[in-house]
Parts: sequence; C-alpha cells; structure tokens
Amino acid sequence: MIRRLFVTLLLLGLAGVFAGLVVSYSPDETLNLSARYYAEHTAQDIGAANIVTAIIVTFRGLDTLGEVTVLFLTAAIVGLVLSHGRREGGGSGRELPPAGELLGTGTRLLVPLILLLGAHVFVNGHLTPGGGFQGGAILASAILLLLLTDPLRRISHRLITAIESTAGLVFVGIGVLGIVLAGGFLDNRILPIGNLGELFSAGAIPIIYSFIGLKVGAEFSSMLAHLSETEDL
Amino acid sequence: MILLIAMSLLLSLTIVAAAILAIRGGQSLAISILAAGLVSLLASVQFLLLAAPDVAMTEAAIGSGLTTFLFFFVLGRVRGGEHD
Repeated sequence: MIRRLFVTLLLLGLAGVFAGLVVSYSPDETLNLSARYYAEHTAQDIGAANIVTAIIVTFRGLDTLGEVTVLFLTAAIVGLVLSHGRREGGGSGRELPPAGELLGTGTRLLVPLILLLGAHVFVNGHLTPGGGFQGGAILASAILLLLLTDPLRRISHRLITAIESTAGLVFVGIGVLGIVLAGGFLDNRILPIGNLGELFSAGAIPIIYSFIGLKVGAEFSSMLAHLSETEDL
Repeated sequence: MILLIAMSLLLSLTIVAAAILAIRGGQSLAISILAAGLVSLLASVQFLLLAAPDVAMTEAAIGSGLTTFLFFFVLGRVRGGEHD
C-alpha cells in the first residue's frame, strides 16, 4: 500500500518535471554563440559539408579518440569474460537446426549490400549524415547476419585484431602528423582541403573516418564473434 | 509546422505504447524484444523529424538493429535449458 503510494508520488513528480520542461520550451530564434562559430567557420576552415562530422573528427577529435578507446575496452572486456567458455574447434556443441531457406538466401543476397552500405556511409561521412560509428555498426550487422545464419561459422579473430589495431594506430598516427604538419593534434589540414562537397575534400577527414569505421566495425564484430563462440554457460 | 508537431506527438504516443508492450510483453520474451526494437526504430524517426539525421542513423543501426538481434541471439542461447 505504502509502496504504491510512493510509486504514484514518484510518477507524479516526474510528470511535473517533464511538464515543466515542455511548457517552458521556446525554440531559439538564432544560433547560440558556439553553434554560430561552427556554422560559420566549418566550410572555410575544415572544408567538410557535414558540420557534425567536422565537429566530431576535427574540433572535438580528442573526444572521439576517447570514445573509440572506451569501445575498445568494452570489446576487450567482453572477450576476456567470455574467453573461458570457448568452444573447442566448433561443431562439438548441441545439434543446431539448419537455418531456413529464407534466412540463408536472404543472407547471401544482403550481406554484400550491407557491407557496401556501411563502407559508403563512412567514406562519405564528411558529405552526408553518418560516419565512422554508424558505418561500423552497419558493417557489424552484416557479420551478425552471417552468424545468425550459421552459428558455427568461425570468424578469424586474428583478422579482426589486425584490422582493429592497424586502424587504431593509423588514427593516432594521423593525429600526431597533425601536430607536425599542421596546427595541432588531429588537425585535418595535413592534406589539401579541396573543394567543398567533393569526395576527396576536407583534408584528412575521409581517411580518419574510414579507419574509425573499420575500427568500430571490428570491435562490434569481435564482441559478436565472442558471444557466438561461447559455450552455454 | 502544425503537421510536424502532430506527427511528433503521434510518434511519442506510439513509442510509449511500444514501451509498455515491451515491459508487459504478454508472457513472451520475443514480443518484448520486438517491442523494444520498435521503440528504438520510432525514436530514430523522431530524431529525423528533429533534424538530427546523424543521431537517427546511430539509433537505427545500433539501437534497433544490433541490439534487437543480439537479444534474440542470447534468447536462443538461454532457451537451451529448461523453460522459465
């Protein structure tokens, strides 16, 4: 009884807070100070058509490095925790029913297209919405589809590790090159900025974002592969 | 403008309905997982209406794509034992 009263009071309080937020909301007429700086300076300083990408990769590039590190730590911890129940060789577990015709054919048809879409999203990150994180997640969903169709399929951990560590090293290497050749860590002007809106423009942003995409895709894939290989706990 | 606000309100109500379905689930975990995926999918449409296509793509790819399938993956694993 007293618990129900407490829950009702809590809900009413939350409703009051959110109602206050909604009622007092008034849309801004102009951009605020930092938003106006980004909107005015991105095109000429960075050369990226997508302002969000310019902020993520260049203005706030260090935060992105931190995010990628957090994701790497998560993947490493998942691998560490799940490595105890590793199934030896494969095929020794319980018998799995074969995947249906629909899933099998659909996977063969869709996986190349999904991989292509993921690559498109992160290569064009400086022109269209999306970028490394979104493209990497799309790549990993193709791997997930493969694992759903055939749970005993083995994805080479050596390949995943190689892709991930190379991508991470290149990302940090380009950042350090920015200190040497341009204005600071992760400065994109180590390459010519080019014309706004072209594929090879915005300096090093397409390269950095492609490697972030590969790294994120490899991290998600390694988590999925570890989950798939674990014996029933 | 009015149309946009009406669409947003309708979407929000649908999200709440899907979230309630995800919590209740009607005894079936599969329905709960699908409803949770629906919440993420509708949220990504909401982000698109709010002019944040980058966030919408992340939400659609990770929230409604990877997470939903991951839950199904784990559900299949857990089902190996006795029923709950």
